[in-house]
Amino acid sequence: MTWVPVCKFEDIEQEGAIRFDHGGRTYAIYRGPDDGIYCTAGLCTHEAIHLADGLVMDFEVECPKHSGAFDYRTGEALRLPACENLKTYPAEVVDGEVRVALG
Amino acid sequence: MSGMVIIGAGEAGTRAAFALREAGFTGSVTLVGTEPHLPYERPPLSKPLDGLVRMKAICSAEALSAAGIDYLYGISATQIDAARHNLLLGDGRTLSYDRLLLATGARPRRLTCPGAERALDFRTFADADAIFSRVMTGGTVVIIGGGLIGMELAAVLRGKDIGVHVIEMAPKPLGRAVPPRFSARLQARHEEEGVHFHLGQGLAGIGPDSVVLADGTVVPGDIVVSAIGVVPDIGIAEAAGLSVGNGILTDAYLRTSDPHIFAAGDCAAVAQPGGGHIRFESWCNARSQAETAAHNMAGAAETFGAIPWFWSDQYDLGLQVTGLPQPGHRSILRPLAQGELEFYLEDGRLVAAAGLGAGNSLAKEIKLAEMLIAAGINPDPADLADPAVNLKALLKSARAA
Repeated sequence: MTWVPVCKFEDIEQEGAIRFDHGGRTYAIYRGPDDGIYCTAGLCTHEAIHLADGLVMDFEVECPKHSGAFDYRTGEALRLPACENLKTYPAEVVDGEVRVALG
Repeated sequence: MSGMVIIGAGEAGTRAAFALREAGFTGSVTLVGTEPHLPYERPPLSKPLDGLVRMKAICSAEALSAAGIDYLYGISATQIDAARHNLLLGDGRTLSYDRLLLATGARPRRLTCPGAERALDFRTFADADAIFSRVMTGGTVVIIGGGLIGMELAAVLRGKDIGVHVIEMAPKPLGRAVPPRFSARLQARHEEEGVHFHLGQGLAGIGPDSVVLADGTVVPGDIVVSAIGVVPDIGIAEAAGLSVGNGILTDAYLRTSDPHIFAAGDCAAVAQPGGGHIRFESWCNARSQAETAAHNMAGAAETFGAIPWFWSDQYDLGLQVTGLPQPGHRSILRPLAQGELEFYLEDGRLVAAAGLGAGNSLAKEIKLAEMLIAAGINPDPADLADPAVNLKALLKSARAA
């Protein structure tokens, strides 16, 4: 498992998400209302839409195009048209730096 | 055995079939579609990748069969016998139903000028395939109609370096569904991209390699596409004696004038709390009406009250509109880093919002605006105008109040 540095903790707003591209792939990194940091695959499983552009409310992210929704802690698809779960990756904050394990 | 029968296998009909199962209905569900494919999504038709039109299926054949949905495709429904609860199909079969859903959709409005038969429609997979298989770099396409479909097509064609002329009867494009601030911005962007507009112009006729305008101007083009809107498919409903107008009339429960027959999607004109009926043509509306209709067919009593929402992608710009902005509304502009948002107030109450920006960058704000509209608030206009005032915080305080 390789830990990849992403950004500073405060670069992600609370109940917000950013897009993170690495190694030819795209991810979404979330900061929850609990200030927890989470990481999922970046594209909605319904169509290739960047989830980081979607609305984050509580522990849900909603696809900006078709309103499919996921629990970004577990990747679980919560609302159609999304029916396939999102892949999740370990994420943590060390000394104010967000990093994710993508290996 | 009778059960649920759905006419139309587009977004609304297909969604309703699955929603019946999700609602716990265990009897038979039959979905009847005229096109010879699995149900497919229409929005991707105007966004071909590498010149190839994509057919994105709404669901797989396995998903249909796993849900116990009997899908009859390539078959038209020809007649409803409402007294006997029977539906006659084009292949001679008769289906009986307990509840029938009309999700017949809409069909392109046809031009009436001389040579109208030369214009291609843009509605189905076959239409899209006919257009994109004929266009070639260096060629010119004349699009008749400056609505959302015509303008999305213009953007795609310019991206392939194909010449585009847009002919529109109204003095400006996108006048019907898009607030003036954003229709003007989109028009300007199309002009920068080299689209030629012919506005306030009717047609004299369509020839083999040109379109002649009412004022005599000749607009040359290899291909002519007609995108002048759609008309709801109400024929089968009208013949069955159901109430129709601009669409199949329903009450707030999406029931037609026959309580065993429901309607949803592009074909349905739904009674409004303030009187009159409104018909919406959007992907989102088709799905949400389908869900309400399916629940009510299965015995629930839900009224349809979803706030309208649609998006349109043109070049790298994304337009999103929620609610129904009207010329009489007070508009409040909120400038953002990635674009602009406008809120619309009616007697102080937030009723609609629209945004135009890079890609999907304004989707979050539009979704929050939709929730603010649903919360029924009378926001302080200064808060709406100030980008530093967080919309999510506004929503949370509105919900807490």
